[in-house]
Amino acid sequence: MSGVMRSVSALVLVLLVSTSSSAQQTPELRWGGDAEGGAPFVEADPRDPARVVGFDVEVAQLLAAGLARQPRFVQVGFTSLDAAAARGDFDIGLSGIEDSPARRARLAVTIPYYEFQEILTVRTADGARYRTLADLAGRRVATLGATLAYDLLLAAERDHHLVPVTYEDDVHPYSDLALGRVDAVLLDYVLADRGVRRNPGLMNQPTPVGVGHYVGVLAPENAGLRDRMNEILRQAMRDGRLEAIFRRWRLWNEDQTALYARLTSESQAPPETASTAAVTTNVWQSAIRYLPALFRAAGITVLLSALSMSLAVALGVVIATGRVYGSRPLEIALTAWVELIRGTPLLLQLFVLYFGLAAVIQLPAFVAAMLGLGINYAAYESEIYRGALQAVPRGQLEAARTLGFSNMQTLRLVRAPQAFRLALAPMTNDFVALLKDSSLVSVITVVELTKQTSIFAANIGSWVLPGAVCAGMYLALSLPLARFARRIEKTWQQ
Amino acid sequence: MAAITAVLQVEGLYLERDNRPVVHGVTFQAGRGERVALMGPSGAGKTTVLRAIAGLESQVAGAVSICRPDTEARGAEDDPGVSRPTPPIGMVFQFHHLFEHLTALQNVCLAPVHVANVARQKAEAHAKALLEQLGVGHRMHARPHELSGGEAQRVAIARAIAMKPVLLLMDEPTASLDPARRDDLAATVRSLSADGTTIVISTHDVAFANACIDRVLLLHDGRIIREGPPADVLS
Repeated sequence: MSGVMRSVSALVLVLLVSTSSSAQQTPELRWGGDAEGGAPFVEADPRDPARVVGFDVEVAQLLAAGLARQPRFVQVGFTSLDAAAARGDFDIGLSGIEDSPARRARLAVTIPYYEFQEILTVRTADGARYRTLADLAGRRVATLGATLAYDLLLAAERDHHLVPVTYEDDVHPYSDLALGRVDAVLLDYVLADRGVRRNPGLMNQPTPVGVGHYVGVLAPENAGLRDRMNEILRQAMRDGRLEAIFRRWRLWNEDQTALYARLTSESQAPPETASTAAVTTNVWQSAIRYLPALFRAAGITVLLSALSMSLAVALGVVIATGRVYGSRPLEIALTAWVELIRGTPLLLQLFVLYFGLAAVIQLPAFVAAMLGLGINYAAYESEIYRGALQAVPRGQLEAARTLGFSNMQTLRLVRAPQAFRLALAPMTNDFVALLKDSSLVSVITVVELTKQTSIFAANIGSWVLPGAVCAGMYLALSLPLARFARRIEKTWQQ
Repeated sequence: MAAITAVLQVEGLYLERDNRPVVHGVTFQAGRGERVALMGPSGAGKTTVLRAIAGLESQVAGAVSICRPDTEARGAEDDPGVSRPTPPIGMVFQFHHLFEHLTALQNVCLAPVHVANVARQKAEAHAKALLEQLGVGHRMHARPHELSGGEAQRVAIARAIAMKPVLLLMDEPTASLDPARRDDLAATVRSLSADGTTIVISTHDVAFANACIDRVLLLHDGRIIREGPPADVLS
């Protein structure tokens, strides 16, 4: 016993020593980025996936070196980077993050370290037809959500009636453009260049649609650290270390020379920040500006949920009936199908339907979303119906049989109506769950309520108001359903 | 009763459960309008014989045949569970098994409309008349869970006889009845048989048997051990 105690305390001691010694080593600079964003920003090193490589990785190293710290990468989804920076999940976020007034209002933002142009990418065959956003009236134009490009597309939606389509990543907009699912992509030059290299048959239009800058983002209370980083960046601009990084990634051009010259000649004053009063007005103004889009997105959520649920109910009934009444092989096949669908994530099923099957059949995003949700929920519905069918007392079926009903008549007139009453409460639960799960389809470019809210939140730089509005809308949809179910159940009990 | 006029013929009925015989070579017949009781201690096989006649037991050996009086017997040899017996039979279960999602009236109409293809209005009128006749006309819009045991049983009888069965099977019909209701039921059984319906009842109830039964088959361990009028068998 004492031997065990001794080895335990030895182990504790070793742990203490190792943690304290590592704490005594160089302090860390925790920096956040999204490795899913890929090269040239941040990506897992193909030779050693535990490491990350990219120009943002090198900028982080440069900053860490200037601060005499050890850089440590923290993986954060691209759309969550701002919120994570504000929460203090890392010291600085670097992942091709664009400078914007909303960001400056909410976070401590570094000086820009790279200037990019927003480039319109089209299929080569459409090169002459779609030169500018104005040429794309009524056409679907893809981009990443919550970016400068998205704001440009929203403006173009009003002015030229094009249809913005948002993606969660920067790879699929280009592959979908090649497949014909969208007619153009608007993203920054770095992404456009990579997109065209990866997808033959695409070309970049020479005239840029807009200009933007990459910056680092820090929590607002870290303005001091941000100022020190700005100095490190300016120094690196002067002595050519930043240029070397971008040359290594083949991204250096004359725009950067001009940008660096401008920034290094400026005083050390922090970049201009919008006044708090202006921001407050902006939040309310943006809220009002976003309301129609939120209502439209809520409409998509309702329509998608209703159609998916109808499909799920119809398929669920077929599967359940097959499992209860079918032959043994049919029962085994259906059971296997149900377990396959229930045992794999809905997200994966959506990806497979939309992106995976794209080579065979190109489902429109909404159809893929409806099928994905419908097929997924059908598996759960079928289990509810099977349970409900089997819960109808045997005596009811025997009574039907002695009266001369066929199996089909017994199912239709006696078993199914009674099973439906048993299934209604869990079905309503499932419908409410589906209403909320429908937010997952934003990964295949359907902009429903949650996605629209996150775009709204990213653009105004706060989740408080958009979150409250969104929650209110979901409740307004789900509460009446629960009430309806309770009322029907009561009626049937009478 | 002469064999040629038998409505029900049971021949060497044999049935196992968990590899143990529970009905062992039961043979009997019942003629038109005859009232037969299957009696005996619990576990003697009364209900099982009734269920086998109704076609609710699979794994049955022997023969059960039911025919309209004065017509040819239609056999369901060896496995009456395979097809539902025609001509129509009626079964009144001990726990009634009324369709829970329907009113009393709908329970009675359902089979005439969907199985016998009687026009809905006609079926409803007939059902109402039956419910009135059995004294539960005022409960026609009630759902099964709102009915008392006696009311539910009378609705179940109405449901069974709405199909004009040649043979009515009743499983322990007096189990949930008080003595007054039992006398009413005995009167109903007599009046149904007077109309020509053959009735086979499984029961424990000696007083009830004495009140309305023509012939008792006394079962023990799945075999008929005595047979005759109630006064003789039950003395």
